[in-house]
Amino acid sequence: MIRARVLISGDPLSLSRGAEKTKLAIEAEISYYGLEDEIQVSYLTHADRTDILPIVMIYPEGVTYGPVTPEDGAYIVQEHLYKGRVIEHLFAPPEVLTGDIAHIPGRKGATYAQKRIVLRRAGVINPLDIEDYITHDGYFALAKALEEMQPEEVLETVKASKLQGRGGAGFPTGLKWSFVVQQPGEKYVVCNADESEPGTFKDRLILEGDPHALLEAMALAGYAIGAHEGWIYIRGEYALAKERLNKAIQQAKELNLLGDHILGSDFSFDIHVHAGAGAYICGEETALLESLEGKRGIPRIRPPYPTVAGFRGKPTVVNNVETLANIPPIIQNGADWFRSMGTERSPGTKVYTMLGDVNITGLVETPMGTTLREIINIYGGGMKDGKAFKCAQTGGASGSIIPPELLDVPMDFASMAESGAALGSGALLIAGEDTCIVDLAYVLLRFFKAESCGKCTPCRIGTAQMLEALERLRMGYGTQVDLDRLEEIAHYTKEASFCGLGQAAPVPIITGLRYFREEFEAHTRGECPTGVCPCSVKQKVKH
Amino acid sequence: MDAQLAQQTDEVIKHYGTDAEALVEILRDLNQIAGHLSPEHLLLIAQRLNLPSSKVYSVASFYSLINIKPLGRHVIRFCEDAPCHVAGGREVWEALEQELGIPFGETTPDRQWSLLTTSCIGACAVGPVMMIDDEIYGNLTPEKVHEILTQYREADKGGAV
Ligand SMILES: Cc1cc2nc3c(=O)[nH]c(=O)nc-3n(C[C@H](O)[C@H](O)[C@H](O)COP(=O)(O)O)c2cc1C
Ligand code: SF4
Ligand code: FES
Repeated sequence: MIRARVLISGDPLSLSRGAEKTKLAIEAEISYYGLEDEIQVSYLTHADRTDILPIVMIYPEGVTYGPVTPEDGAYIVQEHLYKGRVIEHLFAPPEVLTGDIAHIPGRKGATYAQKRIVLRRAGVINPLDIEDYITHDGYFALAKALEEMQPEEVLETVKASKLQGRGGAGFPTGLKWSFVVQQPGEKYVVCNADESEPGTFKDRLILEGDPHALLEAMALAGYAIGAHEGWIYIRGEYALAKERLNKAIQQAKELNLLGDHILGSDFSFDIHVHAGAGAYICGEETALLESLEGKRGIPRIRPPYPTVAGFRGKPTVVNNVETLANIPPIIQNGADWFRSMGTERSPGTKVYTMLGDVNITGLVETPMGTTLREIINIYGGGMKDGKAFKCAQTGGASGSIIPPELLDVPMDFASMAESGAALGSGALLIAGEDTCIVDLAYVLLRFFKAESCGKCTPCRIGTAQMLEALERLRMGYGTQVDLDRLEEIAHYTKEASFCGLGQAAPVPIITGLRYFREEFEAHTRGECPTGVCPCSVKQKVKH
Repeated sequence: MDAQLAQQTDEVIKHYGTDAEALVEILRDLNQIAGHLSPEHLLLIAQRLNLPSSKVYSVASFYSLINIKPLGRHVIRFCEDAPCHVAGGREVWEALEQELGIPFGETTPDRQWSLLTTSCIGACAVGPVMMIDDEIYGNLTPEKVHEILTQYREADKGGAV
């Protein structure tokens, strides 16, 4: 399974500057380290900038190096791909990055410093080396908790921090933990690492770049709620992350940071990694628990909630990777420190993957409450090609469409909800004026229809019917009747669906109609204002 | 029963054990080794884990990384998610269907190509993106799709001579 992609600019200018030698050097080094099966090297057909060629880009991190000599290339393999450390002195200068070139802003030379909590170590330490983690404050919080704090104090600190779940819904983490504490008997900690929201790869960066942070966080959660076993349910495609987690668990056990009587205390905790097999619905926590038990990933009826009857029917805390990554720094630095960042109602930071019509795409971690306008202008380097902003889509089951009217709303869970939008799990697809809203709704619906598990009729039939109506509108066969029907089914599906997937599927249509109704109406007349849909082609032929 | 098949299956089961909780992981890993899971595989797993074969089949058919139908010589996985789509994925989607003469989800009658979709693989910044077997191709256009597929066809022809 491929875990990283290396793209080398292969345009004539780059080739004349030795791009081929750089590519050969990189490939040789990759095979030296035996990474051929994990890393894929290819040419990038075009690069906009001529002054830093040849460039080398590495995904999923979206780091850009340039110009890169063959020696630099070999060094990049050693440091970045093998040890997981980015090499700042080889970064392409951020001010020259444009177009489809992405990087992680906030590093050397960037115009605006980011607040980093969750991503502070990713790309800085060697994820395969527990010593490196420990010298960067690693396992400090766990040691502090076991030596100085009672489980109740850990729980109280998390509660006081007002940390909210980063998996999409923003549920208060401390409160969730306290529900489990109240239950009798055996308990479990489950980490939701099924990350499959389109355009989201933030959890992957933590899993691959800072795996011990997650283990430490889960042990702290276990200590606070009285659990002795934890499970990481990881997306089936994340082969490298799985391997790194397993290695990290091994290392932690060797140092008695996991296992029996951790650091000589009375607390014992073990962690298992369980990989999924490709089903978006398994990100929904009750479907995840079904899948973890070896079954089809079909959501369970709630209540009982997982906090009462979760994995193997026992009280279970299910938390997202990013949520958990916040726990060790909170225990280490205290709730007040955490609350000093972000907003009153949503403290801390949020990690986004920004894509689409902005100049700089990639991962961004900013304080909660940063507005979308700030994110686009400061971190995204503004809109691409000077396009006007049309909307943003916050991705997947927990997202919504954000129109220009909301550009200045502080992005936190409550403020977004009050504005009728949703923060989601961290994808930010920025769409410029030439995006067709009907076409966007169509592709989002296609995703939901494909991923519907089929358990309940409103979602199974509703997504199919909405997709069909959108298809008619795109093709130019749709009428006002189709549009009315689309709206009716959308509301019905939202109200009647069994789980979050079906409830979210109509949201692009409902929010799209709220802000861009005239654009849907134009399609009933066979007109696509942006000229994106097939109906506009038909129009052109007619004339 | 095919000895290799039994050996593959038992190796995976040895790693995960015979608890029903391991079923999804066993199916996924075996699929990766065997390419797809035949009825014999499923039956054998059912026996080893002491589960009804209908349950094993129903779990196997649920997950997209588990194939219960054989696939073509090359498998194309095209990213169909919104970030790739707005970057020009729609035209590429149509070009792929036209070029291969099959809709998504199918395999060509000569069993050379399977055309599947995948969700986001985190390379959205160079979207639209597809994978052919384990190779990734970014910044796709209909013209590039034609070029790439032609290269594969020619390489395959060359290999057969
Ligand atoms: C269809 C669907 C998909 C989801 N996918 C994910 C996911 O991939 N990762 C995740 O952490 N939460 C996902 N969630 C949210 C989880 O159900 C759950 O709320 C979350 O894991 C709780 O963790 P948190 O409180 O730390 O956010 C999804 C929800 C739904 C309805
Ligand atoms: S809403 Fe959709 S995904 Fe959720 S249970 Fe119903 S069919 Fe399955
Ligand atoms: S949306 Fe296509 S790779 Fe992410």
